[in-house]
Amino acid sequence: MILHPGILALIIGSAIVFVMMLYASIEGIRIISGWDFQSSSEKQLDLERRTYLISSIIKYVLGFEVLSTLLFIYTVDDIHPMFVGAMCATGSLNVNPIGWYALYLKILVFFCASLWIMLNSLDQKAEDFPLIRPKYAALIFITVLIGFDLFFETRYFLGLNPEVITSCCGSLFTDTSSGIAGELSSLSVRPMMWTFYIAVVIFISAALLCMKIQAAFLRYVMSALSIVLFGISIAAMISFISLYIYEMPSHHCPFDIFQKNYHFIGYPIYISLFCGVFFGLLPGFFQPLKKIRSLRDTIMLSEKKWLVMSILFIMIFTAISSWPVVFGSFTMQGY
Amino acid sequence: MDSLIWTENATKIYNPRKPDEIRALEDASLNIEKGEVVVLKGPSGSGKTTLLSLIGCMGRPTSGRIVIDGKDVAKLTERFLTLIRRRTFGFIFQQFNLIRNVSVLENVLLPLYPIEMSFADMRGRGEKILGDLGIRDRMLTKVNKLSGGEQQRVAIARALINGPEIIIADEPTAHLDRKLSTDLLRILKDLNIAGKTIVIATHDPFVYDHPFIKRIVEMRDGRIQDIKLT
Amino acid sequence: MMRHLKILEYALSSLLRRKYRNISLIAVYALTIGILASVLFLTYSLKLEATRILVDAPDIIIQKISAGRHDLIPAIYAEKIRDIPGVGSAEPRYWGYYYDPLSHSNYTLIGIDTDLPGLSLLEGRMPSGAAECAIGAGVGQARIAGTGDTLTLLNSRDTGVEFSVTGTFRSESNILTNDLVVMTKKELLRFFDLPARRSTDIAVTVHNPDEIATIAGKIKQAYPDTRPITKSEIIRTYDAVFNWRSGMMLTIFASALIAFCILAWDKATGISAEEKHEIGILKAIGWDTADILELKFWEGIVISLTSFLLGLLAAFIHVFYLKATILSPVIKGWSVLFPEFRLTPYIDIYQIFVLAFLTIIPYVASTIIPSWKTAITDPENVMRS
Repeated sequence: MILHPGILALIIGSAIVFVMMLYASIEGIRIISGWDFQSSSEKQLDLERRTYLISSIIKYVLGFEVLSTLLFIYTVDDIHPMFVGAMCATGSLNVNPIGWYALYLKILVFFCASLWIMLNSLDQKAEDFPLIRPKYAALIFITVLIGFDLFFETRYFLGLNPEVITSCCGSLFTDTSSGIAGELSSLSVRPMMWTFYIAVVIFISAALLCMKIQAAFLRYVMSALSIVLFGISIAAMISFISLYIYEMPSHHCPFDIFQKNYHFIGYPIYISLFCGVFFGLLPGFFQPLKKIRSLRDTIMLSEKKWLVMSILFIMIFTAISSWPVVFGSFTMQGY
Repeated sequence: MDSLIWTENATKIYNPRKPDEIRALEDASLNIEKGEVVVLKGPSGSGKTTLLSLIGCMGRPTSGRIVIDGKDVAKLTERFLTLIRRRTFGFIFQQFNLIRNVSVLENVLLPLYPIEMSFADMRGRGEKILGDLGIRDRMLTKVNKLSGGEQQRVAIARALINGPEIIIADEPTAHLDRKLSTDLLRILKDLNIAGKTIVIATHDPFVYDHPFIKRIVEMRDGRIQDIKLT
Repeated sequence: MMRHLKILEYALSSLLRRKYRNISLIAVYALTIGILASVLFLTYSLKLEATRILVDAPDIIIQKISAGRHDLIPAIYAEKIRDIPGVGSAEPRYWGYYYDPLSHSNYTLIGIDTDLPGLSLLEGRMPSGAAECAIGAGVGQARIAGTGDTLTLLNSRDTGVEFSVTGTFRSESNILTNDLVVMTKKELLRFFDLPARRSTDIAVTVHNPDEIATIAGKIKQAYPDTRPITKSEIIRTYDAVFNWRSGMMLTIFASALIAFCILAWDKATGISAEEKHEIGILKAIGWDTADILELKFWEGIVISLTSFLLGLLAAFIHVFYLKATILSPVIKGWSVLFPEFRLTPYIDIYQIFVLAFLTIIPYVASTIIPSWKTAITDPENVMRS
């Protein structure tokens, strides 16, 4: 099983990335313990140079994690014919439930690594590297996450047994099944639609408000709204958007939209959602850092960009996912 | 008193506390005003190149202060040092240090690559400066095909492309004949008249005896011995 | 944005200035990618061919199991199976393997009364009487027999039986017919001395493909001593085998990749004095470490992408025009009589993505540290040179 080319690529890639992160963490520890910005000693200059190496490594790691999440979903979808009862990625993941943890971890690593890169870029714009210590401590945390990602991924693929009969999205994402998937699928369509579109409007309004008013409280609200919007969007995907894309009132699967017969629409939908949520998180996340004098101006300048990007991506996400709802020939009367 | 460059007890020690320790510069305190032409004079090993590179934000001093246009650069990170260096200084090196097998224009425009400026704007600026120095017609020639004098002008053009306030020249006449040396000094003089501050490190009497030099800083064994007005 | 483009432009110019060093690197890189890509293309293409062929295969094949092994099945089972609602047809099949000591290969002998679907003869006609057969191209080649010749096979009593070859199959159907010897049903039963009213297996077609699993279940219930094998199970098995083979080959060639990465590291670390000086000049005139790192990044991307495209192209030509001469023996398996056939060129974005993952990531990883070491060159050194 493990000799499937996609699986090999994922595991080898993850292993290489983990080793790189371990190296980065060791350098990070060296930096945390030896850093003295006031000194001009050779050692300090050497540490400053090493910060560039670590930044390089993390940028590559993030790039890898994004691609590997996409590859993971595609691979898991590609291997589904090998399992009885599996018709899409959901089926493959259900064969060995640890696969779900691998997926969640990848999503978490995406957000954490992106946040780190943003943090790093802000820190580098300040004249005195004010965030050196917290930054590299966070790095160690990300390394641990990536280690777990590798572990779960490998355990998942190693534990795949074609003899196991699995249940697919049809039984997981159905009104009558128990668990979160079932709960989400059984949400009534009309109220869910209202909730989703109202949430999007509130989100965009909050972002526009943040651009006009400098209040700290607004920025925290913005970040909280991002997280809430993420949850509502996923729920919306499962409860009604997927129905319109598949043109079937009982097909709630959030993964089938990655397949060729749906024109790979899943990729732009989820990518725009993730990016929109990520940029929406930033203002509140970095608000406390405005206390640091050398960062204040940089953050304030960047904030506007983040908010604009966030609005843009969420609008793209809403547009793409609403297209079949508004213009599709499928209607959900009586639901 | 318009102090542009100010150093206080600037010290640079390579490999400190090791057997191969070199005390390249010690307790250098210097004050250069806007529009001045200053020569750092001394034999090789006197510390003049080190002082020049510290002033030019090429490296950080081991101790002491260096203030350029009101900004203390001694403790800046590499990123900010580079920003200041790019904005404020133009360098003329001993060996021209042009990139071989690359055209004149491209060599001159290299300092502009890392900044947000379109190709068209860059090219326009480059052509103008090359025109001012009389080598526009050799714009697309590879630099290794140029004569010594032409290469010298390319090096100067590159130093000027960012519109710097301060020109730093390290032994600029070391590999030039008398005629080219004269040309060089004439160009530097014109630049000074145009408002640029010039700092030259040299042990060539042809340079430090030249009338347009305002001050000579004598250095020996890593220390400033004497500062004379001419 | 402009800044990135300008640094990219400089990266291209820098790579062109060091043509010879970079060409050798690209050549080795492209070769490594070409080998890995060939493996992927070949297995994927074969997998596609196999699944395409299976389209015409019966939906369910019923085999009898005795003491855990495949046994001849009573032909009468077919009658009861036909009565199950949803079943389109249930026909007993008569076929077997024949080991030919002359050519040391296995033939498949099949007894039919009607034309085989999906197969066409190159010349001649299908056998209709005693001692007649039609053969596949592989058999014809191995025994140097064509239409109008005789083919002698040893029957179950070790007696030579002479068959008159009435037809040969076309080469397009090679993958199905290469090792085939077709004769009448009566002839086959006699040749293998098969007991009356027993067949090798029963081929079942089903009206609604969604019902296959249900009907297979019903058949198993009706005849517990049988094993129904569905088409999807066969496809899954093929999938697994092909994946396994290609994965195995990739693992083997991983050593080539590792060797390449060591080379890449070495090249990147062994930066020439001239290049080091050039970086020093750039830093002296206003480029900072991040700019140099970006320069190195672009250089790496250009080299990777160029090698990747060249490697893909080479693999494409190797597999689809040169018939994968280097790799086929391992991938295709143990059968001696492997058919000559043209693989349909087919490339899948997923495959390309996987290949990029397997080749570009290790390369990038092995050049990060050397690139950084170059990028931290001290501009001060330029003053002293």
